[in-house]
Amino acid sequence: MALSAKKLKVGDAHTARLVEDLKRTQIVQYAGASGDYNPLHTDEVFTTQVAGYPSVFAHGMLTMGMTGKMLTDYVGDARLTKYGVRFTNQVWPGDTLDSTATLKEVKDEGGQKIAVFDVSTVNQNGVVVVSGYAEARVDD
Amino acid sequence: MAAKRFPVEASHILMFARSVGDDNPVYSDEEAAKKTEAGGIIAPPTFAQSSAQFDPDYFLRPKIGQPWFGSGGEPTGVKREPGGGGRGGGGGGGGLHAEQHFEYHRHLKPGDVLTATTQPGKTWERESARAGKLVFSESVTEYRDQKGELVITARGVGVRTERPVDAKS
Repeated sequence: MALSAKKLKVGDAHTARLVEDLKRTQIVQYAGASGDYNPLHTDEVFTTQVAGYPSVFAHGMLTMGMTGKMLTDYVGDARLTKYGVRFTNQVWPGDTLDSTATLKEVKDEGGQKIAVFDVSTVNQNGVVVVSGYAEARVDD
Repeated sequence: MAAKRFPVEASHILMFARSVGDDNPVYSDEEAAKKTEAGGIIAPPTFAQSSAQFDPDYFLRPKIGQPWFGSGGEPTGVKREPGGGGRGGGGGGGGLHAEQHFEYHRHLKPGDVLTATTQPGKTWERESARAGKLVFSESVTEYRDQKGELVITARGVGVRTERPVDAKS
């Protein structure tokens, strides 16, 4: 189900829940799949006693990956052309995340309509954890 | 991230999609994926980051016979000088991830065999109330397929912090 440029309006927003009560096990799953075994994400002993954080925390890329699901569910498979984020706050076990794509503009690149979105993912306290943009091919 | 050979495999895509909580069949079900616009299984948008698995020198993977800074019998397997030696809030973990950007020239699919080459980019510094001095460094990774064609351009920014980020504030 592709989006259609004709039906999109600047300011249109799509929101999805990414995760409820993030589990440490999901962070472990991400470490294993991605190959990023930084103990800050999975090793409570190291992270609290050596690194000085209150607990392990999610890979930024896990949040970016979960946010990517919100985007691809919205714009369709294989439609993204650009996707970038800043990691603005850490994501902790127990967090619940919601993510929103808001249409900024629709541009034309060589006859292809491209929708440009602002992307923001927030935790249960409304704190922005990921802030960025995405661009996707849309139908006319 | 540098990898001479990064084979994109269906089982890896399945595990990666699971780990980010994405049950879209386009990442796991060949028959269902054929009926989508993608025309077959593709990889999720951030999958290229798992090229870490194929970087022989990747810093954040324990290696056989080498010290590892995570905990075992002791809280860390690597003894460091008191004061931390300037590695900052990563506690020897090589810092934190500040930004990540992808440009997709096409989407990855099982059977692709990629090479990843990384060039360093800019570095800059900034003071932060939450973590002291921040040192940012950028790198740009080009993923090319078996035909030598550029498929994904990735730009990452890492940050080393003077002290652990003031968390949960």
